[in-house]
Amino acid sequence: MTTERVIEAVGVRKNYRGGTEGAGLNGFDLEVAAGTVTGLLGPNGAGKTTAVRILSTLLELDSGTAAIAGYDVRRQGAEVRRRIGLVGQYAAIDEILTGRQNLVMFGRLNHLGHAASVRRADDLLERFSLTEAAGQVVSKYSGGMRRRLDLAASLIVAPAVLFVDEPTTGLDPAGRLEVWSAIRQLVDGGTTVLLTTQYLEEADQLANRISMLKAGVVVAEGTPDELKTQLGSDWLDLVLVDPADVQRVVALAGPLADGDIRIVDNRISVPVKDRTKALVVMANSLHEAKIEPEDITLRRPTLDEVFLHLTGPGVAA
Amino acid sequence: MTGFGWALADGWTIARRTLTHWRMQPGLVLFSWFFPVLMLLMFGGLLGGAMDFPEGESYYELLVPGIFALSMLFGLEGTMTAVTQDRDKGVTDRFRSLPMSSTAVVLGRYIADMLDSVVTLIVLAAAGLALGWRWHEGLPAAVAAFGLLLLLRFALLWIGIFIGLTVKNAQSVTMVQVLVWPIGFLSSAFVATSTMPAWLGTIAQWNPLSATATGSRALFGNPDPSATATWIGTHAEIAAIIGPLVLTAVFLPLSAQRYRTLSR
Repeated sequence: MTTERVIEAVGVRKNYRGGTEGAGLNGFDLEVAAGTVTGLLGPNGAGKTTAVRILSTLLELDSGTAAIAGYDVRRQGAEVRRRIGLVGQYAAIDEILTGRQNLVMFGRLNHLGHAASVRRADDLLERFSLTEAAGQVVSKYSGGMRRRLDLAASLIVAPAVLFVDEPTTGLDPAGRLEVWSAIRQLVDGGTTVLLTTQYLEEADQLANRISMLKAGVVVAEGTPDELKTQLGSDWLDLVLVDPADVQRVVALAGPLADGDIRIVDNRISVPVKDRTKALVVMANSLHEAKIEPEDITLRRPTLDEVFLHLTGPGVAA
Repeated sequence: MTGFGWALADGWTIARRTLTHWRMQPGLVLFSWFFPVLMLLMFGGLLGGAMDFPEGESYYELLVPGIFALSMLFGLEGTMTAVTQDRDKGVTDRFRSLPMSSTAVVLGRYIADMLDSVVTLIVLAAAGLALGWRWHEGLPAAVAAFGLLLLLRFALLWIGIFIGLTVKNAQSVTMVQVLVWPIGFLSSAFVATSTMPAWLGTIAQWNPLSATATGSRALFGNPDPSATATWIGTHAEIAAIIGPLVLTAVFLPLSAQRYRTLSR
């Protein structure tokens, strides 16, 4: 299982009749290797959930092929369902039951038998720090606890692939951190995860590889670092004490700039190619002009910038 | 275990989920079991005095089987609400992504709802007996009458699943619940259809609810002035079997298709 492809989608198309139900896919390709976390990143309506629903056999594709662990999602649905776990956008647990009752029920539905279901439930409750709340009705759980229980429910039978669809949407910051640490644990345990999110930070924090989705097509794919490099230049950020100096500094930075210089109040961002040289030259020029900046830093582009660059309006896919 | 064996086992696991709901929220389910008794007392008290009956006969002889049938119709709301909630909360999606057959999910709903209806009928029958209602044709005929009632409930299950999966959200369920009332009233559940204007009486007679109410009255040996003159009036028992079977034949495939193509 070292370099085996667990998820493979080629040219998947899906159109919703009427077009109001969700975003379609227009030739969606994806490859996910075993034991990795892949982030499917895109704005609302890019088709993230559609992709997950097709890969988890909940929705039929119009054309193209998709396979999980070598099993075709269309023709071998039962084999696929035996190998996947799904955590949807809504915590799919029974609110009237307790946390333990939920897990035992899902254990039985996974055909573990009663005794094994109870043992597995207790293991998972422990692993997701829910042992204390095990006997409580889920409607009394916080958002973060629900998502954790939801994750636990999808891990009853160790799946080859776990689909996690926007796991932190609607959670407060504390809940988000709880869920992140739960997902990191899974990854340490070797589970292959396909995570959809519209939060760049989330993809950056959790994923080994990121596929950026726009209008149903993957527009960029790679490790977070590769994607940042793909955008090209690094940035030299300057923060000035006196906003009056801005024009003089922009003039000094002009020869170094590899693109448009951005100015926001007393902050100047200069796209640069030759990182170290640019920093040295800029520092010298400022020194000679007797301008003391509050801050001068060199940085990679943020994933935000890559994201806006690739998915923003007017950029061809 | 065979595929069918697993479907049964999984169906029972899913049905037990509903039984656990009853245990966790006893107030809710007790209310739903006693609500038909409340209707029995209310309509018995409201309308019973205003009607003429031969010496020694009480309105409850007519009304109790009517409320039996009505409580089967109201069971539809429970099915609908449960189905819509599971769909909206993503529980249905989780069931669908598990390695079990979709038959099990429906079977679970079926077992739970039929158990619920059996309890409803037992509570209601006990109340009816206390109020003076009796069956007069022996126990086997009475059991057959209860069978007709449960057959109606069985047919309504498919309509409940179909509507529950079709409506947009839980709010729409409320609208359907409001529509259930006129369907309940426009039948022989409360009064003989012969007392209505001719055109309205005809519509009411062909209401599947009327066939079940009138048909079960015949088996219980309770009076029903509706059971005259027209074909549907004199063949109520047959209509009470055919009607639900037709409804099932229409709505079972429809709800199965809805379930397969859920695409929210």
